[in-house]
Amino acid sequence: MNPREVAHLFQLEVALDLRQRAAWGGMLLYVVSAVYVAYLAVRGTLGTATWNALFWIILLFAAFNALARSFQREDGGRQLYLYTLAHPRNVVLARALYNAATMVVLSLLSLLCYVLFMGSGAMAKADLAQFVLAVVLGGIGFAAVLTLIAAIAARAGNGIGLMAILGFPIVLPMLLLVMRTSKLALDGVAFSVNATYFGGIVLLDVITVTLAWLLFPYLWRD
Amino acid sequence: MKGWWWKVLAVVLLLIASIAALRVPLAPGILNVSKLSLSPGPAELVITGYSTRFDDATQVLIANGGQYLCASRTKAIDATHLNAYFEVPAGMRDDSSYVIADGMAFDTPLYTDSLGSGMADNGCAAPAPRTKAFLFPNLNRLDESIRNLFFHVPMWFAMIALMGISVYHSIRTLASNSLEQDRKAASAVHVGLVFCALGLVTGALWARSTWGDFWTSDVKLNGAAVTALIYLAYLVLRGSIADPYKRARLAGIYNIFAFVLLVLFLFVVPRLNAVDSLHPGNGGNSGFNDLDLDNRLRVVFYPAVLGWILLGAWMCELRDRAARAAEHLDR
Repeated sequence: MNPREVAHLFQLEVALDLRQRAAWGGMLLYVVSAVYVAYLAVRGTLGTATWNALFWIILLFAAFNALARSFQREDGGRQLYLYTLAHPRNVVLARALYNAATMVVLSLLSLLCYVLFMGSGAMAKADLAQFVLAVVLGGIGFAAVLTLIAAIAARAGNGIGLMAILGFPIVLPMLLLVMRTSKLALDGVAFSVNATYFGGIVLLDVITVTLAWLLFPYLWRD
Repeated sequence: MKGWWWKVLAVVLLLIASIAALRVPLAPGILNVSKLSLSPGPAELVITGYSTRFDDATQVLIANGGQYLCASRTKAIDATHLNAYFEVPAGMRDDSSYVIADGMAFDTPLYTDSLGSGMADNGCAAPAPRTKAFLFPNLNRLDESIRNLFFHVPMWFAMIALMGISVYHSIRTLASNSLEQDRKAASAVHVGLVFCALGLVTGALWARSTWGDFWTSDVKLNGAAVTALIYLAYLVLRGSIADPYKRARLAGIYNIFAFVLLVLFLFVVPRLNAVDSLHPGNGGNSGFNDLDLDNRLRVVFYPAVLGWILLGAWMCELRDRAARAAEHLDR
């Protein structure tokens, strides 16, 4: 692993993405639409558990939508060019970092949008710092798990459909864990109670990124 | 014998374990006692047993706070039903009285009132312990379904073993780029999914008879569902790639990635979320270790586990040979 190369690749990701502002617009519109559909469908106040569940379902689909693009940008030639310049492990690490950053921004914007439409009644008793931490860690977790899946789906040439089939069962442990954590945060429990779950999420992130880092070199070559 | 001794072992173990699982009788036990509470005065209890041999000479007594009260008269209706007549004195020590018939205690105590400092000495002694035969434990609600232990649990052991074999071949696929290893990995997943399906069916039937429903939302059951979904997705992934070398690599990567996360989900997350589970061995529920105080279940269980794992490996080998033959025919 070469930190400088990873940093360069990360900058490349940012530059490429800033050129494609429509993609960001698409992601945000997806979240806003999903939240608005939920708002129209619910019409009224939700209990804490339902409020929390609905938020995570929206964020999960937003994550699939946002991360599916991450390996589809490159056509064969440009990918080959990139991989001759950089080590594939650095490429996947930079991509995972960039996806994590994307998901942090996306999950915070989703939360804002969700609170705007669905009301913050469920957050009355919440430990806000813990809840936001859970949302951020959850977003990073989705990015960690789905980066390699997105790469596999893109290589199989079968887009978001295959990504959903491959990704849902694998992301489920992470989803259950973050839902449990954020529900506890909404109930306003002490940090010491929730610390095990936060630790679990971080551990899962580290393990999945390590696996992606180990396995990716076998993925890119033809 | 060279090379196929383990297949003979599989057949022998499975025959012994399955015959024992289905033929060894359950220990006799008491299913029901007609009264919920005891008050001073005459009391008539109807005791319903399970695979018992009641007769008019059967000893019935009530244990209360370390003291015993013998039945004044017992009358067997048939081998599993018994009338017992008691003269209940006032002043028993404990508000819970346990009915013991023929040395077997009924696990729900009768609520007892008019407590005092204990019964007067009545010459009724502790029951003689039952002579032990090789019988499976008889537990309320589990009843005869305890035999499912030898079928339901080994299915999951065999499935995890097969998925482990599959991951081993997937790692070798990535290391060597060999299509043969990839075919072995896929064969193991196919056979593993058969065991997964059998585990789900036997589990659902067991859940219906003990919990009242075929499916409940439970960490252990979620784990089973996720396992099935992951390996079905693995097959979908294989089916959607035409180029065999690409298929071998992508399927291998997914297999390794999924297996590690699956192991985390099955064995780590349930311990984090251990508060709510119905399944034995989770959430503070008693597992095997409390069920089986005298190791009679283990004697049958471990051979059954080994037998099913070996059978799975054998099925995997056959499946792989069939796939290889099909490849040769296609050429």
